[in-house]
Amino acid sequence: MSTETPEKPKTEVFLGKTDYKVIGTRPIRHDGADKVTGKAIYTADFKLPGMLHGAILRSPHPHANIKSIDTSAAEAMDGVTAVITAADMPGLKDKNANLGEGSVNLLDLGSNVLAHGKVLYRGHAVAAVAAKTIHIAQEAIKHIKVEYEELPAVTWVLDAMKEDAPILLDRVRTDDMGKMSESPTNIAKHIRFEKGNIEEGFSQCDLVIEKEFRTETVHQGYIEPHASVAAWNEDGHLKIWTATQGSFTARQQTAELLELPVSKVTVTPCEIGGGFGGKIAVYTEPIAAMLSQKSGRPVKVTMQRNEVFEGTGPTPGSYMKVKLGATNDGKLVAGEAWLAYDAGAFPGGVIGPGCMCVFSCYDIEHAKVDGYDVLLNKPKTQAYRAPGSTHVAFAVESIVDEIAEKLGRDPVDLRIQNAAKEGTVRVDGLKYPRIGLIETLEALKNSDHYQSKLEGPNQGRGIACGFWFNIGLKSSVTATVNADGMVNLIEGSTDIGGTRTSIAMQFAETLGIPAEDVIPQVADTDSIGYTDVTGGSRVTFSTGLAAYKCALDIQDQLRTRAAELWDCEPENVTIEEDVYSHNGDSMTFKELAAKACQVGDPVAGSATVSPDCFTNGFAAHLADVEVDPDTGKVTILRYTAVQDAGKAIHPSYVEGQMQGGAVQGIGWALNEEYFYDDKGSMKNASFLDYRMPTCLDVPMIETIIVEVPNPDHPYGVRGVGEPPICPPPAAIANAIYHAAGVRMTQLPISPPKLWKAISEK
Amino acid sequence: MAKKQVVTSTINGEEVQFLCKPQQSLLEILRDELDLTGAKEGCNNGNCGACTVMLNGHPVNSCLVLSVEAEGAEITTVEAIAEGGELHPLQQCFLEDAALQCGICTPGFLVTAKALLEKNPDASEHDIRFNLANNLCRCTGYDKIVKAVQNCQTKNKEAVSQ
Repeated sequence: MSTETPEKPKTEVFLGKTDYKVIGTRPIRHDGADKVTGKAIYTADFKLPGMLHGAILRSPHPHANIKSIDTSAAEAMDGVTAVITAADMPGLKDKNANLGEGSVNLLDLGSNVLAHGKVLYRGHAVAAVAAKTIHIAQEAIKHIKVEYEELPAVTWVLDAMKEDAPILLDRVRTDDMGKMSESPTNIAKHIRFEKGNIEEGFSQCDLVIEKEFRTETVHQGYIEPHASVAAWNEDGHLKIWTATQGSFTARQQTAELLELPVSKVTVTPCEIGGGFGGKIAVYTEPIAAMLSQKSGRPVKVTMQRNEVFEGTGPTPGSYMKVKLGATNDGKLVAGEAWLAYDAGAFPGGVIGPGCMCVFSCYDIEHAKVDGYDVLLNKPKTQAYRAPGSTHVAFAVESIVDEIAEKLGRDPVDLRIQNAAKEGTVRVDGLKYPRIGLIETLEALKNSDHYQSKLEGPNQGRGIACGFWFNIGLKSSVTATVNADGMVNLIEGSTDIGGTRTSIAMQFAETLGIPAEDVIPQVADTDSIGYTDVTGGSRVTFSTGLAAYKCALDIQDQLRTRAAELWDCEPENVTIEEDVYSHNGDSMTFKELAAKACQVGDPVAGSATVSPDCFTNGFAAHLADVEVDPDTGKVTILRYTAVQDAGKAIHPSYVEGQMQGGAVQGIGWALNEEYFYDDKGSMKNASFLDYRMPTCLDVPMIETIIVEVPNPDHPYGVRGVGEPPICPPPAAIANAIYHAAGVRMTQLPISPPKLWKAISEK
Repeated sequence: MAKKQVVTSTINGEEVQFLCKPQQSLLEILRDELDLTGAKEGCNNGNCGACTVMLNGHPVNSCLVLSVEAEGAEITTVEAIAEGGELHPLQQCFLEDAALQCGICTPGFLVTAKALLEKNPDASEHDIRFNLANNLCRCTGYDKIVKAVQNCQTKNKEAVSQ
């Protein structure tokens, strides 16, 4: 008898449709005209009458005790209306607030928003000013006198783990797989996942490769700096307009920090200029709110670019030691990883997903991974597109390439042979449902690009895979049918890259109406049900699912109205796409919408969902590069991104995600890094010196969308946003090896580093 | 503090007078004084191009232009690209080709690309990439932006030949 617990019955399953009317087409996005005419309102564009401007004073030191803060000179300045420090913040509690995609400790969050007694990184916010103009505010912060006691700083993860390392937070103890250490430490957490028997696994291997890898801190690099406008009313109600990936998450964090009930805070998400995981934690929201409360006026706080680099959450630098073993016939048998990721100044980095993703692309019988979440004097790290996964993909995919080479195997074939599939159990114990990695690799293998030959000198080709879970979480939508047959669709998911349209298209498909007849709108937190962040590649999947269910609700109501018109039972009304029929009578959705309100209640639908599953996205990328041996400069000659989207709702925006993720990954691979001096200060906090790819640095990014339907969604949707950032560093490193004969194990593979490696070959 | 000065420019075809302090950038005046918020501030030091506007026929980063320098100048912003209630073909191509995701860089790209196509209608892919390298986009990977500009070239040629 089986002792396994039966699987939960699924609430939503793939409907198995293949012929769609709306899904798979490429309508113009609903918010498009606003965004090409300059009319779309981003937070920095938003104004309120009487609005003041805020500026934030930041620490010039990477690590120091704050001995005293004297704000009197700033307060005395003409035009200054409020100055705040951590002393103005309510007493912070050492408790965790659940934010949907992870939780946050409020003491840490509050101390990150405004330093409490100690600055932990250069750029850490210390005080803030509200003034009549931004120029007065910026001048005023210079008049705040802060007395610091400088402390030694540490910015390299392995140094921070040493026993004699400078300790960032005296309250931190190592959570060593549930056991707490006794003395203060920078190692906030040690986690371990294991499957099979690692010693036995390696003993079966004919070939074992072990390597160390290092990656540097990189930033999401969204073009819009963080901004918020807050208006604290006399009745105690706080209104916030902000650039956030999650209006409800911003509401909750701000409410918790300021000790307000969530219902006393209204967050209106303005259009958002990119996020990639970096606009989930609050920075400016509580500061603008406190300044507004103190000054009695609305306050806008907008960051400068250097503040974005130094004062918000980049994604971690890392040290990784990875060992993989295979038999002579190419079977990957055992894998072991030891990973240390920067947490930044406060605990809670992305080491967890890093550990879960490390062997996620392969069916490996014996595996073990140890991961460490390490505090150091850098900004508190945050998510960045598949957080933690790109690091490990760089390491593992580099070694897999070397195994293929040593065994004389085609690198795609070796990956197909070992690819994770339905039933594969990941190192953290999760068993995959139907996934599409094999189909993705086969599509790559059959591509024109892979079939083509590289001909010039110093050229090489590399491939790599990548994985992201793609989460479900909570979403709400409501919809109202207008007499003209159009539908207003209200949703809580902030739209960063066209999700209004991908959600509206699923809604339209379900009702058999054109996408253009749906008018989607992102609402504030008072006007729609709770919705988790736009992150985790969840919106088209989860909010799309809510839209599907909401459309069914609308359809049900229209069926009832039709039955009232035709004096029959609702179950006798048949529905074919947008046509409702009974016994020879029929009406289209549009015709019925015009009459519905006359015969019954207004037609308004709603749906809320919280799908408890992952949609499991896999990508495989192919890069051709040319290396200049005299300078170490790498030119990308050709690039193809392949990905299983489950079902591409709007193929153009799926391709856009694949292309955008690929180019971010290319930047990570070749150029981008936080450059720290000996004292722990970032030296390149501008777009000139933190060199993100321009369009001259990259070729066209070819895309191949694979569609292996997700079994847990009516239209088979999987998330698509995150997987495409994972493969590029390894694909490029592998291509560089085949071009120049050097295995690069440190990111970024910048010209000086590569030139040195080639010279020392 | 320095006194405000009166500056007269032609902005989007209309003569405009505004008051500004010497340290205020053209971008700040456009956005905060004249309510032309289409030009965006991404870096305030000339590296991202989100604030690109036309100044006397040339695309410039308006964050690097002092507003007092705009005396007598002719300035065109993204708000004036659509004319007579109709989108410009380039705007239409950006929409049809899904050349934007978050949209914050889009106004700058449109101004730069329009200037390029007016100067060099036959710009090659390399010319397009070279000129648009003034503008950073972090969402799209540039592929669809470059293609939208190329498709606009094709449409413009078709319009001429008809």
